[in-house]
Amino acid sequence: MSATIDRGLNALREQIDSPVASFFSSCVSCGLCAEACIFYRATEDPKYTPIKKLDLMRRVWAREFTLFGRIGGMLGLIKPVTDEDLTEWETLVYDSCTMCGRCSLVCPVGNDITMMIRKMREGMSAAGHAPVELIGAAQRHTDKGSPMGDLSKAIHAQVKHAIDETGIEIEFDKEGVDYMVILSAQEIAEFPDVLSAMARIFKKTGVTWTISSEAFEATNVGIQLGNRDVAKVLVSRVVEAAEKLKVKGIISPECGHAYQALRWEGPNLIGRTYPFEVVHIIELLDRLRAEGKLKTKGKNTDRLTFHDPCQINRRGGINQEPRNLMNMVSEDFVEMESGGTMNWCCGGGGGVGANERAEKLRHAAFKFKKIQIDKVEPDAIVTMCAYCHHTLDNVFEEFDIEQDVIGLTELVAEYLDDDA
Amino acid sequence: MNSPAFDLLMWARGPAFDIALTIFIGGIIIRVLEIVILGRKKDMAAPKGNPVAQGFKTIFSRSIPREGLVKFAPITYLGGYIFHLGFFVAFLFFAPHIALFTDAFGIKWPDAGRVIIESATALAVIALLALIYSRMTDPVRKALTTFDDYLVLILSGLPLITGYVAVNKLFGDGQMMIAIHILSVEALMIAFPFTKLMHAVTFVMSRYYNGTIQGRKGAES
Repeated sequence: MSATIDRGLNALREQIDSPVASFFSSCVSCGLCAEACIFYRATEDPKYTPIKKLDLMRRVWAREFTLFGRIGGMLGLIKPVTDEDLTEWETLVYDSCTMCGRCSLVCPVGNDITMMIRKMREGMSAAGHAPVELIGAAQRHTDKGSPMGDLSKAIHAQVKHAIDETGIEIEFDKEGVDYMVILSAQEIAEFPDVLSAMARIFKKTGVTWTISSEAFEATNVGIQLGNRDVAKVLVSRVVEAAEKLKVKGIISPECGHAYQALRWEGPNLIGRTYPFEVVHIIELLDRLRAEGKLKTKGKNTDRLTFHDPCQINRRGGINQEPRNLMNMVSEDFVEMESGGTMNWCCGGGGGVGANERAEKLRHAAFKFKKIQIDKVEPDAIVTMCAYCHHTLDNVFEEFDIEQDVIGLTELVAEYLDDDA
Repeated sequence: MNSPAFDLLMWARGPAFDIALTIFIGGIIIRVLEIVILGRKKDMAAPKGNPVAQGFKTIFSRSIPREGLVKFAPITYLGGYIFHLGFFVAFLFFAPHIALFTDAFGIKWPDAGRVIIESATALAVIALLALIYSRMTDPVRKALTTFDDYLVLILSGLPLITGYVAVNKLFGDGQMMIAIHILSVEALMIAFPFTKLMHAVTFVMSRYYNGTIQGRKGAES
């Protein structure tokens, strides 16, 4: 047992750098992060105050990385972190945080609390304190290629279906094309229509693309679990496949953490910059729109609103692009209150959706999210993350609510101007 | 000629100040070095925005609250603003304080009138009391609060209160009250590197880091 906690604490120590030290030094315990947190706001339980979820990491930093804290530790003023502490904190770090990033945007001293949760999970998982579902998913992803197991047959079947539906050829492993498309397991299993949508849009806009039969899975459970080794293996698969196919870029699909993993964490995980670009599908569609290549005809007349996935907008920097596309295809596009950068999380991100233990909390968070949706009373919610889509569909079903959710790529494809 | 009050004042202005200043500056240097030497890995991800520019921008822009949040924590926000502004107005724009800077560094700037200084001081003290009250009653703040937080609030309030008493000669011996005022400032300086008062220095680094992390992604901060 002690060996495990040592491994965990070592992993945690490795995560402590200048930003972390400055964040802990700056915190004045004002509690404003709580007001930004969906789990605190939904429950009003002070234990869900974001900075409190990092208390163990703060103690390790104070005791070991500061002179005065070391003295304080020797005098018994700051207690060492024990295995019992880690057990207690596991639910705080994994169940009550989707790493949505709202707290990081409101902290008056500028603490990136979300980044520290990501780091703290490295220590927690190394110490064996992570949800079993995430550990299992990491195992499946590493061994069988996807968190849902082996999806090779499924992707081939879905591609064939898309070819039959659109009459457009989609080739696997084609070298030298513009882009390699990767998909989230959620899209392959639940929302495969995105393939037909991409096939039609890319055909019209003259973008050439392929899918690697070796690396088509975009998700990365390693960054949710907090395991750099797993995350690195999964990113490397995609990077190596793209290099082998000599593509100009990889299209990151409608999946929040996949974008975060490949676009922003990936180069740091493998320790080098990519020789190709990584572009989010919505970023690419907006670029094609701006270049005049993507043309649509007609507009959707329903009342539509847009749900910003945390990892793509707030933590990913894609804010205006989906709005440009929404305005192009929607006549009655209404923003939600705090829509955009401060949008409320669906409650399922950061591994929380896979974590059964967190179900009650996730539902409480959703009820809070629902207030935001109800103010708009949309006919449909459009989003650009298959997992947000999945989470919203599931909770709507759970609460017997009739509410359509649509992926933005599919919506754009619906209004593609076939005559242009 | 030499009264105990005069002796205390001379000690407060002389050796005590030197000790306090040494601890204040030495302590801050240690704390900042402890942060800086940890370093930070170079970010390999191709930037979408300008990390450095956004880092500097965030140092200032984070002083403005996110829309819609003030109503959820009015005491924290208003108390925070009023205290900080009041404290710095009283500290930096009171003529005798400016004279100290002129003596030490040869620089001077216009002072604020007595009404402004005294109003700022009174408002800052009221704001501090409100912040203490909310720490004792608000469940989130109560759960986060440690001895350090109260110590910092009290140490920040003492120079304001003792200064007000000394300037207005409300009670006690004049020299004694000024000596106590100076000693209260020295207590604040000595506590600074060991407590959350350090945020007054490190917030610049934190906001900068936050801005660079988000700025690289082309995301808001």
